[in-house]
Amino acid sequence: MSVAIRLAGCGRTWPGGSIALHPLDLDIAAGETLVLLGPSGCGKTTLLRLIAGLEAPDAGGRVFFDGEDVTRLPIERRHVGMVFQSYALFPNMDVAGNIGYGLRVRGVARAAARRRVDEMLAMMRLDGLGGRRIEALSGGQRQRVALARAIAPRPRVLLLDEPLSALDARLREQLRQEIDALLRSLGITAVYVTHDQAEAMALGDRIAAMEKGRIAQIGTGRDLYHRPANDFVAGFVGDTNRLATPEGERLVRPEHLALRRSATGGFTVVQATFLGPVVRVLLRDAAGRELRADVPDEDVPAPGERVAVLFQGRSLETEAAASPA
Amino acid sequence: MPDRLRAALLIAPALAVFLAFFLVPLGQLAVAGGAGGYTTILTEPRYWRSLASTLLVAAGTTAITLAIATAVGLFLARTRFPGRGTLLALLTLPLAFPGVVVGYLVIMLAGRQGLVANISLALGGDRIVFAYSLSGLLLGYVYFSIPRTLLTVMAAAEKLDPRLEEAARSLGASSFGVLRDVLLPGLAPALTAAGAICFATATGAFGTAFALASRIDVLPMVIYTEFTLQANLAVAAALSFLLGLATWAVLALARGASGGAAA
Amino acid sequence: MRRGIGFWTGLGFTLLISAFLILPVLASVIAGVTANQFVGLSSGLTTRWLVEVWANYGGTVLLSLRIALATLAVTLLIGIPAAYVLARHAGVTARLVEEALVMPVAVPGIATALGLILAYGAVGDLRASWLFILAGHVVFCLPFMLRSVLAVLLALDLKGLEEAARACGASWPQRFLGVVLPNVSGGVLAGSLMVVTLSLGEFNMTLLLHTPFTRTLPVGLADAYTALRTEMASAYTLIFFVLIVPLLSAMQWAASRAERLGR
Ligand SMILES: Nc1ncnc2c1ncn2[C@@H]1O[C@H](COP(=O)(O)OP(=O)(O)OP(=O)(O)O)[C@@H](O)[C@H]1O
Ligand SMILES: [Mg+2]
Repeated sequence: MSVAIRLAGCGRTWPGGSIALHPLDLDIAAGETLVLLGPSGCGKTTLLRLIAGLEAPDAGGRVFFDGEDVTRLPIERRHVGMVFQSYALFPNMDVAGNIGYGLRVRGVARAAARRRVDEMLAMMRLDGLGGRRIEALSGGQRQRVALARAIAPRPRVLLLDEPLSALDARLREQLRQEIDALLRSLGITAVYVTHDQAEAMALGDRIAAMEKGRIAQIGTGRDLYHRPANDFVAGFVGDTNRLATPEGERLVRPEHLALRRSATGGFTVVQATFLGPVVRVLLRDAAGRELRADVPDEDVPAPGERVAVLFQGRSLETEAAASPA
Repeated sequence: MPDRLRAALLIAPALAVFLAFFLVPLGQLAVAGGAGGYTTILTEPRYWRSLASTLLVAAGTTAITLAIATAVGLFLARTRFPGRGTLLALLTLPLAFPGVVVGYLVIMLAGRQGLVANISLALGGDRIVFAYSLSGLLLGYVYFSIPRTLLTVMAAAEKLDPRLEEAARSLGASSFGVLRDVLLPGLAPALTAAGAICFATATGAFGTAFALASRIDVLPMVIYTEFTLQANLAVAAALSFLLGLATWAVLALARGASGGAAA
Repeated sequence: MRRGIGFWTGLGFTLLISAFLILPVLASVIAGVTANQFVGLSSGLTTRWLVEVWANYGGTVLLSLRIALATLAVTLLIGIPAAYVLARHAGVTARLVEEALVMPVAVPGIATALGLILAYGAVGDLRASWLFILAGHVVFCLPFMLRSVLAVLLALDLKGLEEAARACGASWPQRFLGVVLPNVSGGVLAGSLMVVTLSLGEFNMTLLLHTPFTRTLPVGLADAYTALRTEMASAYTLIFFVLIVPLLSAMQWAASRAERLGR
């Protein structure tokens, strides 16, 4: 039972007058996973809380779930599941108590609630931990409990606010895959907030890139990466170089550049840093302009060597690229 | 229910109690003094003398208590030895003794039949009795204030960063230098807060003075006498109101100075 | 570890202060159960004084217990909701209200009591009722309940927990009873013990508020100290110790537990 979400003219101004969100329209299809991606302070959490019903939009804004106007409905009656960045697990309850809380307060019969909790424990690979106190859980386990608590009452919408940001890189990767699989199997409408572009690419059916209280661009990961709407998106989703070509300035991803040793080449290697999958080479031309190229770790030119830069991919088709830098 | 309405309803009972049983009475108190009451206390030297002795006792109490509590508190917070817990329990046992009981304990210690009197007699000296004098009162207030001041000092001492002291030592500071340059400055906010509470209790409490039937006219005793024995309501009210204002101001000032650690 | 001279000086001083605090208590306890004070312990132990005191002053103990429990009930009922509101609201108004509610601690009890008498002394039979004393105790004890609960609430991620409960579908009563209250139980317990202890020992206010029909334990004690023989006064004090010391130990245990859980 997933619903389509529609926001119409939803903005949010704080009492002090600062604007967290400019009025925006947004459509999220039923069953879709939308990722809100953007730098800190750009309004991702605010937008998520508007959808959740924890925050009311400025006058004129409307939130619809499947066409039903839920703007005035508080979160406890919207039937959404939410995973908080800090997890906000109840310290006075054990794992099973936390997972079953949403069932309990909604008056689900005890036996049915117990079955659902066991089901969630199994699904989240938390078997045997039902009686554990929250303090006695690892970060990854807490994260799973928070997720289980959110989906146990079969919400109409799942909202996740940077659910993995408190975890280390390995665990983040593993849980990201689990969440991805989970969202697909549940087929639930989900909104996922992150500032990590890799996470956004891996999870989202679509990504909304946000900048200073506005949605700068919304589309698939490929759209954002290859056809960024503006400089901000191009810079935030992956690295870019400005490359002067006979046709004018172009934005080019570092991995679309290749290097060839050449005494007459226009660039000098300043630094070469091994990053694992690639070597990031920093180049500088006579005018002091810098370029970054990501090249395979094979016969990489050393600092001081002169190289020619080959452009071997597609340049980015942004409006900004057409205008001189 | 809108959040604001709920918040208002939830806090209303507490505010109502505060209003009815504190603010209104205090207002009455302020008014009851009347011009007469305030003029009397300003012009009669008797009240000035009593104010002076009250402040003197309070200041003395504060100084002595802070010195003792700092010494004992630093010692207990920074050392571990068998029996430390018991010692701490003994030192904080009087925490909940009201002033009257403390007054009686001072009599047990320094009264006519007190421990000090008996010991001094047994040693062949005179019967030493000082419970009913200024020193007796001071002793009582110090007794009353040591436990809570000690707890404040210890809590603050345990929060001090031990690396600061190590850094000072590594730079060649002596024990006294560490005390003067690291420990005391670190404890200063807590000491200010605890000192203010000492001062305020010693100004406003009169259980001890009452039990000692002491001849020292501290302000609360004067208020009590004016009210019960002389039925001099105006003066009692005026004195109470000013006393209340003064203690509240001392605590508020100290809290400002110590960054919120005081009551 | 070798102990230096500093350790032994510190220990000596600490022992001296402990003796100052504890010896009078012991002396008083012993006096309360000694058959003949002038002969000393060798005259044998007796419960005679205790029985006699109970016959004359048992009522004060029961009244004090009743007032303490009633004070506890009222401060729980109005203090916890108030603390909750103050914890949930960050604005200037909330801070002002908090400031106001804790003010009675900073004002000497005698001033508050005089104000209460001026404001309500002539209202019906209130003056002769124990409820009059209750009003004073509630005003004075409420700040302690408020602070204890507030401290725990502020250490929690209260807003986050409540939002999580709302996201699970919990209405306000459900989340207040199921999430907020269970998580502040430590603060409530510490505050409760504090309130009972303070109310049982309250003298500064009660001395003025009481009537011959409403004499509390500390007021009875003060009376005994001025009017009765040492044995009787000591026996009476012993009864007070028996009541207050377990409460105090419980209070310290609760406070240390709350601190442990808070970490
Ligand atoms: N309660 C509030 N009152 C006033 N301003 C707020 C409030 N909450 C957030 N803001 C401001 O609104 C803006 C958007 O905040 P928001 O929390 O939505 O950002 P975010 O994109 O989630 O950032 P992050 O990645 O750091 O979580 C920020 O500038 C923030 O400082
Ligand atoms: Mg955020």
